Amino acid sequence: MLRFSLSELLQLLKNFCFSFSGKMLEKILILLCLTSAAAGQLCKPDASDGYKVRLSIKTALGDQAYLWDEKEMFLFRSTMAYAMRGQLNQQFDVSNIIVCEETARVSFWFVVTSPLNTSNLVDKKSVEEAVRKHRNRINSAFLLTDETLEFEGIPRTLEAPFTPDTPPWLIVFGVVMGAVVAGIIVFIGFSVVQKKRKKNKKTPEDEDSEEEESRGKTMENGAANEGVYNMSFTDEERFTRI
Amino acid sequence: MRFVLANPGLDNRIPSYKDLERTEEEAGDRPKWDNKAQYILTCVGFCIGIGNVWRFPYLCQSHGGGAFIILYLILLVLEGMPLLLLEFAIGQRLRKGSVGVWRSINPYLTGIGIGSMLVSLLIGLYYNTLIAWIMWYLFNSFQNPLPWSQCPLNDNGTGFVPECQRSSTMDYYFYRVTLNSSTSIAESGGIHWPIVVCLLAAWTVICICYIRGISTSGKAVYVTAILPYIVLTIFLIRGLTLKGALSGIIYLFTPDINELTKPTTWLDAGAQVFYAFSLAWGGLISFSSYNPIHNNCMQDAMILTAITGFTSIFSAVVTYTVIGFRATENYDSCISDNILTLLNAFDLPEDSITTSNYEAAFHHLNSSNPDIVFGLGIKPCDMQKLLSEGVEGTGLAFIVFTEAIMEMPGSPAWSVLFFVMLFCLGISTLFGNIEGVVVPLKDLKMLPKKWPQEAITGVTCFIAFIISLLFAQHSGIYWVTLFDNFAGSVPLLTIGFFEMIAVVYIYGIDRFNEDVKFMIGYKPSIFWQVSWRFTSPLVVLVILVFYLVTQSQEELTYLVWDPKSDQFPSLASVPYPSWINLIIFILAGIPSLTVPAYALCRLVFVYFKKTNN
Repeated sequence: MLRFSLSELLQLLKNFCFSFSGKMLEKILILLCLTSAAAGQLCKPDASDGYKVRLSIKTALGDQAYLWDEKEMFLFRSTMAYAMRGQLNQQFDVSNIIVCEETARVSFWFVVTSPLNTSNLVDKKSVEEAVRKHRNRINSAFLLTDETLEFEGIPRTLEAPFTPDTPPWLIVFGVVMGAVVAGIIVFIGFSVVQKKRKKNKKTPEDEDSEEEESRGKTMENGAANEGVYNMSFTDEERFTRI
Repeated sequence: MRFVLANPGLDNRIPSYKDLERTEEEAGDRPKWDNKAQYILTCVGFCIGIGNVWRFPYLCQSHGGGAFIILYLILLVLEGMPLLLLEFAIGQRLRKGSVGVWRSINPYLTGIGIGSMLVSLLIGLYYNTLIAWIMWYLFNSFQNPLPWSQCPLNDNGTGFVPECQRSSTMDYYFYRVTLNSSTSIAESGGIHWPIVVCLLAAWTVICICYIRGISTSGKAVYVTAILPYIVLTIFLIRGLTLKGALSGIIYLFTPDINELTKPTTWLDAGAQVFYAFSLAWGGLISFSSYNPIHNNCMQDAMILTAITGFTSIFSAVVTYTVIGFRATENYDSCISDNILTLLNAFDLPEDSITTSNYEAAFHHLNSSNPDIVFGLGIKPCDMQKLLSEGVEGTGLAFIVFTEAIMEMPGSPAWSVLFFVMLFCLGISTLFGNIEGVVVPLKDLKMLPKKWPQEAITGVTCFIAFIISLLFAQHSGIYWVTLFDNFAGSVPLLTIGFFEMIAVVYIYGIDRFNEDVKFMIGYKPSIFWQVSWRFTSPLVVLVILVFYLVTQSQEELTYLVWDPKSDQFPSLASVPYPSWINLIIFILAGIPSLTVPAYALCRLVFVYFKKTNN
């Protein structure tokens, strides 16, 4: 891209303009040239009220990346105008968004002129607020995200991390603890029931042995070799079976 | 060597062969295994713990990869297997828990059993805290997106909390959200209630699994011992399909022969074998005592050694596929960031620098505009350095693995799977741990005999829960590291050494050989004889001495998470406060010294009794 200094440009234009006859045409042409020169003066790198924009289309879209040409630039300028209209409620137009310093990276600077007075720039703060408010719409116009469509110096409004109302871990914890406590109660209940059953088995046995003792005692007078029922003999029986 | 110390009255204290045959046929009141598989699974679950998954891969990688593996396997057979068979055989022969066994050999040796019980108690306390952290992560894995994938916003919503921004989301979630760690072990900072809740969950789960002793825990091991292998296989298959997995595996197995000349490598390998087998905890002796008398314990010892060796290497491979993947991801994003910086600085079109021509482009730009490039502050991307950031211990599971899982599609499912595996690994080790605490308590008659097994388990778990609230403080992680370093190192080595001396020279190696012959039908071969008498005690003694010498020479420091330090986000190394020496003595000294202390006390007691009579 050829670069012209301001004076050189004016000189060229003057030569061009004077080569034509007709003062009207001359005046119009000079006016046009001067406004574009003035616009060039408003938009420059590190402008106090301008922002640098950087697009990473290939990173975001890969094979489906579109080419960045003047149609896309027009879309950008109109999107910015839309954002400014939403912010300041004034009739911004595409011509109010001035772009310069385009690079092959696809990065450029832009400034916003006020529709009431085109030589005044809208202040940086309003531009920033407009961008932040409409960031989503601007991003979706280009199928990009906050990282791939960067406005240098405008921080992203980050989405708060999603926190559900009841922490999910409490639910899982409740389930696990419920199962474990239920299991403990079942086990303890089971062992208590088993002990009761054992006791019930023993008490009928005790009654039997008492009956047999009394039978033995009543029979003492009759059969001498019956004797009293002796528990120790039953134990030996168990061993001898082996 | 026929050297045996005089041991009068031994035959009166231990059951004779006839008694053993008789009790074998009768139904005793001692618990029994339902089948052999339960016993093997319980032992496998006990030996394979969380340490296999994270401690062994780290040691492998920091001590020369393939060379360390060979060294580890050699020491596994030389040092671990003989001591394992010793514990199995003595438990099966004398049919008592750890205190009962040593008391039967000689009442003066009861100190070994008490030492084992104390070690099991101390280790169990901090081990269950690790399980509580794993449960916290497990409970929090049931949501999408995972809570450790996002940083919280700062007050005005323009950026993230600085502590999170400067380190990473995983670090922040672990140190701040989960633990809320203070900056030193001295600042307790109060109790962090999510950890209390998780500790409660952990202790109640272990209580219910062990509530009736091995009859309940023996059923639980079918899940807790087998599930980790299934999950490891799934992770292996998943890991091998990840990008960069092979570079991790190659890094792990690349042998560095120079490492074999360093003594610390041998020290670490020997110590790792000891911890891998959970020797000297007392649990293995207890488990073997429930076996039938003619169970082939030699075969069991060899099977268990093979399984432990295989599992260590298997989990190392799985871990390093994941570490390789994470390192490759970090490397790729480092290169992309550098490319973006260069493109933005020089306003070049997007496609001009790619990963393939990055080096050439960088050199070209550096030579044409060196000051601009220097001003950008581009960091060089080093793959080797990223691979060597295989952080050990708690850092590996909760930071490295969670980061890798976040990159996998369907991350909540992988996260649940991973933490369920860690949970099963931990809890199956804890069964053996609790066995090593509860059974000696019963043998020492410290709890009323009338209490049923459920009450004993419940009371033990409850008291342990109260004590482990120490780890629920804000400084809890530093206490866990302290316990891990000191309660789980020196006492195990000393008790293991005493065990071998007691069996070989006080019980008598000849008698022991006869016992093994009675139990399995043939005498142990020359390999076992040499190992029991010379090799294993020598190896353990050398490791112990070297360990003590190196530890006493270093100043005791620990790593803290301090956002205000210069090295943040790396952990800062600060010295311990002076009162920590007392704590270390309680953790490491008291269990080790119970053996001579008890013998001495008993000597004094018997002497006074004699003089009174």
